[in-house]
Amino acid sequence: MTPSDTTGARRPGPRRTATRLGLMAVPLAFFGVFFAYPVAAIVGRGLKDGGQWQFARVGEVLTDPRIGHVLWFTTWQAAASTALTLLLALPGAYVLARLDFPGKQLLRAVVTVPFVLPTVVVGSAFLALLGRGGLLDELWGVRLDTTVWAILLAHVFFNYAVVVRTVGGLWAQLDPRQEEAARVLGASRLAAWRRVTLPALAPAVAAAALMVFLFTFTSFGIVQILGGPRFATLEVEIYQQTAQFLNLPTAAVLTLLQFAAVAALLLVHARTVRRRESTLRLVDASRTARRPRGAAQWALLASVLAVVALLLILPLAVLVERSFDGPDGYGLAYYRSLASAGGTGGTFVVAPLEAIGNSLAYALAATALAVVIGGLAAAALTRREGRLVRGFDALLMLPLGTSAVTVGFGFLIALDEPPLDLRTSWILVPLAQALVGVPFVVRTVLPVLRAVDTRLREAAAVLGASPLRAWREVDLPLVGRALAVAAGFAFAISLGEFGATVFIARPDSPTLPVAVARLLGRPGELPYGQAMALSTILMLVCAVALLVLERVRTDRTGEF
Amino acid sequence: MLRLDGVTVRFGERAALDAVDLDVADNEIVCVLGPSGSGKSTLLRVVAGLQPADAGRVLLGERDQSGVPTHRRGVGLMFQDHQLFPQRDVAGNVAFGLRMRGTGRAEAERRVAELLELVGLPGAQKRSVGALSGGEQQRVALARALAPEPRLLMLDEPLGQLDRSLRERLVGELRDLFGRLGTTVLAVTHDQGEAFALADRVVVMRDGRIAQAGTPLEVWRRPASEFVARFLGFDNVVEATVRGGCAETVWGEVPVPPGTAEGACRVLVRPGGVRLVSAGEGLACAVTARTFSGDHVVVRLRPAAGPELEAACPLGGAPGVGDRVGAAFVAEDVVVLP
Repeated sequence: MTPSDTTGARRPGPRRTATRLGLMAVPLAFFGVFFAYPVAAIVGRGLKDGGQWQFARVGEVLTDPRIGHVLWFTTWQAAASTALTLLLALPGAYVLARLDFPGKQLLRAVVTVPFVLPTVVVGSAFLALLGRGGLLDELWGVRLDTTVWAILLAHVFFNYAVVVRTVGGLWAQLDPRQEEAARVLGASRLAAWRRVTLPALAPAVAAAALMVFLFTFTSFGIVQILGGPRFATLEVEIYQQTAQFLNLPTAAVLTLLQFAAVAALLLVHARTVRRRESTLRLVDASRTARRPRGAAQWALLASVLAVVALLLILPLAVLVERSFDGPDGYGLAYYRSLASAGGTGGTFVVAPLEAIGNSLAYALAATALAVVIGGLAAAALTRREGRLVRGFDALLMLPLGTSAVTVGFGFLIALDEPPLDLRTSWILVPLAQALVGVPFVVRTVLPVLRAVDTRLREAAAVLGASPLRAWREVDLPLVGRALAVAAGFAFAISLGEFGATVFIARPDSPTLPVAVARLLGRPGELPYGQAMALSTILMLVCAVALLVLERVRTDRTGEF
Repeated sequence: MLRLDGVTVRFGERAALDAVDLDVADNEIVCVLGPSGSGKSTLLRVVAGLQPADAGRVLLGERDQSGVPTHRRGVGLMFQDHQLFPQRDVAGNVAFGLRMRGTGRAEAERRVAELLELVGLPGAQKRSVGALSGGEQQRVALARALAPEPRLLMLDEPLGQLDRSLRERLVGELRDLFGRLGTTVLAVTHDQGEAFALADRVVVMRDGRIAQAGTPLEVWRRPASEFVARFLGFDNVVEATVRGGCAETVWGEVPVPPGTAEGACRVLVRPGGVRLVSAGEGLACAVTARTFSGDHVVVRLRPAAGPELEAACPLGGAPGVGDRVGAAFVAEDVVVLP
């Protein structure tokens, strides 16, 4: 508590601490049982032999040249993807933040679609664009699916929105008068931007870059589909070691390795985020944008639109086109064949269309879980002070970077005995998906909760509202919209979750991404077309969730 | 109605309130006046129960309020920056306190209309608070604070963000309004004009302590210390030694009120008590600045020795910068400070 704070100062009494611990209890229990325990179990299974820890294995695995190659590839492709994403998306952030043009809302929505798309769909879309028999192959005989470019471009596609939302959201709220003040003091346009705007944006750019690095470092679905036999990230390698070679010791070491790398990244992220919360002069975003002026701004706008069209819209358009391009010309052949199990040549025991129902039911349950647990966690984290809070904050981010494959497999081997025998329960899939959704809920709700002025609650108290009533009357309406947005995110993420679900979804009730991956794993025209059709359906479901979400978008953008 | 009994609040080492005693009688309007950081806002927060006191008691209507949470104290507080609820319209804001008291819908609507009429915003019920100007927001905040009929209404810089003419009109309206409603008011402000116009009694605060309390006229005429004098804008203060009904200063002899104790002290001469006479008479001074101030002109004078002094002269006949004049002092505008 700072002594200079004369108006807002309040001691955290024992009751306040008790309340906060109470709020944390549920999320902590959830993370303990469904995250820490399964991950620990799988690591223990891999590194223990006859009750003895076998740490020598760590050295063996780490010195394996194959693993070294995987680690090197994982790191450099993440760095390259991040650099490429920043290069292409920062102009987009500027255009969406500072320029005003017809169709801007639509562009903002279009740019966000890829982020909530399942990685499997992204993989199939780029396969349809760059792969064997893809658009480029047909037109010019160019195939990129055997090169690293397919992976990098897909990563840019996926993460474009992260940069635009994180950096652009802040950029739009920076007071342009700050730059004007610098201009009046004699700074050139460039100098004003470099000395005033850039320092204010730097933490946001750093935070966005770290998030992109994190997402691409742990990339699974995209690399699994586009990487072929040559390219594997740590996550893909963990999957292969676990599911194909049944080599648990190696998988356990790799899990720990990824865990350590992600923890380090999150630590850096937490620091940049804290710096970002330093006081900036923020204004209403709707007042900072202007019509483009001069050739340079029009050219910038045009180039951003071109990038969006080529990189974001074209792959999805090709995906949709392929899904209709049946053996007898354009039609709904692939869609119709999805309706029966027989039409898939034994890939499925049920009709693939049933996967839609499964996916929706799982995603709804996972969303409910994520919103309740993430909401409680955000409420506990509202007040910044204390090491306890910061530690809890970091803990909540961990599932973002931990191998989803490990979590999925961990569920199978850890939650298989009473009292937690959930192997055959349907709840297993939503639980795993909620784990990934919670960090997004926290990141979306927390900034809004923190932005609620304490004195609004005080104003309510002075007018006769009890603390609980004040929370209901003041906080809840303000946070309600953020909660809705968070729910939309959690829903889209649950729909697209692949790494963990692929392990725990039962063969007779696959989710959409799992079904797509299974179809893509089979040779032939029909499964390929069916995969495109199913991906299109999945994309539509996600896009609808996103459109609903854009409707209730809060003025204050969350951290994603 | 309200009594503070040795109330102390500390932030770390610094005392924001240092053993403050204060009484506010029923239907009285008390204004706490002080520079920023003097503990004014903390005083209001302690009475509202938003800030626990480290020592001392707060009594409302004879009852000790320690342990009584804010929402049960029955006081109203109008925040400096209004703190209107952004997600509610004007009516929703004004009716908030009524809803907390379980007032029926029809009755609440009637009250809201009545209050909006009172603060000069009739028919504004459905407007969004974000679309209001600063002055309108202030009126809505006032209506919201008045709606539940608090036994004590507290105002934090009530007219701070208004332009001058609106402010002067509102001060009169507020005094009228509080008089009619019989509201007990405790207001804080850093603006002496506002305090003097609004209050029955003024309390000047400095560093968490009460420096002076009294009616506006008393405080204006007899500042109790150099701090209060300077805070009120009186800068003609000089060291003096009183001897035989007269104070000896570097400005020469200054007459003091009869009965002033002999010995070392400081004297204040209000600008109105510095009369300009022709050069060669009185204290010889050079005019260094001239400031137009509405119905008079303030002239800054530099004597041969001692601090500069200000004189208020009528609009006609004020000397120009560089003129040499003489200054004489009027006894009734001289205040002896401890």
